[in-house]
Amino acid sequence: MFYKKSGQFKTSYDADQAMLPLLQERISIFVILAVAFLVIPLVATTYVINSLLMPFLIYSLAAVGLNILVGYCGQISLGTGGFMAVGAISAWNIIERIPDMPVLAAFLLAGFITSATGVVFGLPALRIKGFYLAVTTLAAQFFLIWLLQQPWFLNYSATGVISAQDISVMGWTINTPVEKYLFVLVVVIVMTLLAKNIVRSVTGRKWMAIRDMDVAAEIIGIRPMATKLQAFAVSSFFIGIAGVLWGYLYLGQLEPAAFDVYVSFDVLFMVIIGGLGSILGSFLGAAFVVLMPLALSFLGGILGLGTAMVAYVETFTFGVLILLFLLAEPHGLAHILSVAKQQMRIWPFPY
Amino acid sequence: MTFFIEVVITGLLGGLMYSTVGLGFVLIFKASGIFNFAQPVMVLFAAMFIAGLNQEFGIPLWQAIPLVALLMIGVAWVIERFVLRPMVNQEPILTFMATIGIFFILLGLAEMFWGSENRTLNVGIPRGPVFIGDILLQSYRVYSSIIGFIVVLLVVLFTQKTKMGRVLRAVADDHQAAQAVGIRLTTVWWVVWSIAGLIAIVAAIIWGGSIGVQPIMVDVAFKAFPVLLLGGLTSIPGVIIAGLIIGAGESVANVYLGPLIGGGIGNWFPYIIAMVFMLYRPQGLFGEKIIERI
Repeated sequence: MFYKKSGQFKTSYDADQAMLPLLQERISIFVILAVAFLVIPLVATTYVINSLLMPFLIYSLAAVGLNILVGYCGQISLGTGGFMAVGAISAWNIIERIPDMPVLAAFLLAGFITSATGVVFGLPALRIKGFYLAVTTLAAQFFLIWLLQQPWFLNYSATGVISAQDISVMGWTINTPVEKYLFVLVVVIVMTLLAKNIVRSVTGRKWMAIRDMDVAAEIIGIRPMATKLQAFAVSSFFIGIAGVLWGYLYLGQLEPAAFDVYVSFDVLFMVIIGGLGSILGSFLGAAFVVLMPLALSFLGGILGLGTAMVAYVETFTFGVLILLFLLAEPHGLAHILSVAKQQMRIWPFPY
Repeated sequence: MTFFIEVVITGLLGGLMYSTVGLGFVLIFKASGIFNFAQPVMVLFAAMFIAGLNQEFGIPLWQAIPLVALLMIGVAWVIERFVLRPMVNQEPILTFMATIGIFFILLGLAEMFWGSENRTLNVGIPRGPVFIGDILLQSYRVYSSIIGFIVVLLVVLFTQKTKMGRVLRAVADDHQAAQAVGIRLTTVWWVVWSIAGLIAIVAAIIWGGSIGVQPIMVDVAFKAFPVLLLGGLTSIPGVIIAGLIIGAGESVANVYLGPLIGGGIGNWFPYIIAMVFMLYRPQGLFGEKIIERI
């Protein structure tokens, strides 16, 4: 159909290694970006931005981060919520306690602090694998949330909730929903480009070698320790930034208890449903997980169920969908998409 | 000194409770290689159905408990038929994720039926202080750990002395060899998940009596995971000894370390014990040595 490779010749190594080798892909990305930057700020209502786009973008970033660890490096982690909390709370403390701290620098620093935390909790990964590691990362989840609930981190707030400071970047004060949306959009795009390029580089190939078989990777000269910790550091950086955005631009308030173990499950689910080892998949998974509860509560409203009942049905349906997805398409939404692309490429012939 | 001994013994008794949850888990892991993340929620599921049937419909406990036992066996059948069987030979991370799916399904179902209010569950285990020598203990803990111990004993007898137990051990040893001698893996999985469900009922009754039946039970049952890691995932004695270690460690830390660094450390302390220990011995106390080949 319209997705044809014919006539597109690669005449240089640069063209061969391009991120988007096909013209159709470049056009579709361009259209998506144009819509995201130009159309949505003009037409989207505050409701759409606040309850749909912001969680989608931020969750996507967290899912990209977790995908680096789980999908590319093969280390299962259930500590995502804890790392998001570290990012958010450390950004708040940096801005609060260091006078005249530029916001972007504070956010970056918060990302690096999360990175360091990730490395500490990644240390067991050098000795422990698979399920053992997954449960060990629960230690990060429970310990970090407990630690961040200590009064010092929350500036002795009585409720355990602190409100985010106003943020301004180079004189631009970000306070309307559209401005917040644009800020998050830019951050997510920059970080996604970064992630995409890391996983295409030597670093990413090392991670994948470790994922596929770490003993064999070690034999061909990849240092497992450095590589695994690198994956933990990069992944935690992304997740930390996602936490910062969540606290500062989405909710406008910070509460460690909000980043509970269920956030970790949600993000892991996004990664698996979207497709392990796929950056695009992280976005698809996040879109699915953000849209599903909205759709369910909409349906629940039509059927006249109470709010509490809707929440219970939502939990139940979430579980059913996880199972259905795992049974029907264990390789995730990204795989469905690539199959569809392949079909379009050879259409109208079956093969 | 007496106080210290009290703290340790209280912890040991509490630790046996973690062992009972961990036990169902170990059976499943041995028989099917599946890391059953849903085990904590099975406890909540059983507790909510027992308490709900009892209080909403006035069914006496001695009838409600067998009813829920039948229900758990049914749940095990459904899980085996519709989740495990289609997922045979999938990657471990996917079966792990599937048990997280079961986690949410059971949680949602239990709440859809019974809401999330706090219920009491009292099967008449005596409460109040009891003195053994100079040592003051809660009789509830003493009795409940005796029950826990009996459950462990029953499971050990079942696996060592019955025909089905022998089948379970054969499957745990080698799936393919077991199939070759005519063992149906699907039946074995059903049996194992049923036993895990029944063990969850025991844990539900004991924990429901001490902290009430409410969704927070899941958080307590989460502490069975470090016990498993420490014990080594595949070993029944391991899970018991690890339960005792974690229970005692948590209790001592709560009393002596808690006031120094702020309360509420019970949530994560067991994990840190397990994590630090595993840095030295990745397979846990009694786990099989992990051998990797290319």
